[in-house]
Amino acid sequence: MAKSNEPILWLLFSVGGMISAMLFPPLIIITGIIVPFGLEGETTYLFEKIHFLVKNPFVKLLLFFVIALPFFHWAHRFRFTLVDIGLKPISFLISTLCYGGAVAGSLLTLYTLLRI
Amino acid sequence: MTTYRKPVSNTWWLERKQYFFFVIRELTSIFVAGYCLFLLFIISEISDGQEKYTLLILSLKSPISLVLHFISLPFILYHTITWFNLTPKIMKLQIGEEIISEKLIVGLVYISWGILSLIIFWLILGV
Repeated sequence: MAKSNEPILWLLFSVGGMISAMLFPPLIIITGIIVPFGLEGETTYLFEKIHFLVKNPFVKLLLFFVIALPFFHWAHRFRFTLVDIGLKPISFLISTLCYGGAVAGSLLTLYTLLRI
Repeated sequence: MTTYRKPVSNTWWLERKQYFFFVIRELTSIFVAGYCLFLLFIISEISDGQEKYTLLILSLKSPISLVLHFISLPFILYHTITWFNLTPKIMKLQIGEEIISEKLIVGLVYISWGILSLIIFWLILGV
């Protein structure tokens, strides 16, 4: 049987899918409803708290997976959707752009977390 | 000899409701990636200090941010629900002879989601 990268890509896709399914709804409720409508109370205190949290190396490591893996989830789904809706002739280009985009997103995540 | 394949139209997904919702489910991934970029923006602003943070809070209150959040939330929730409902199809659990029912697995996934959401709220906003 020919060697294939598909199992690895599928694993990244499914872990990224689970992470985003679990964590993104509460985060969107915080950034889109609770904070803008001022339901969280003292904002200065909130800043110190979040700043303290994201400086922690363990939290940084977690955040890396929480953000980088959903990029791979996007890449996998978007790639197959584009192929399915008629771009099959350029499927190699699409794969390169999608997974390349996910790699770029991961590097951006790494950069953002390291410069805190 | 090659077999004849009926060409598939590029609008097949508009022909049936199920196909349409399948494509919508797949396209929720755009909102997932978009929100990842947004999280990076938030982290970057917070690491730039108190002043940038105050501006960040103001930008979260802007109409653009509110509209984007209100569009994203239903798509992300659609991703969450369809994803959770698929988990027992992928994850088959068995204890001894007994195969754990799909409903139980979905139930456990939803309970974990509730607990994790509470942890997120507590970590970020908690008293």
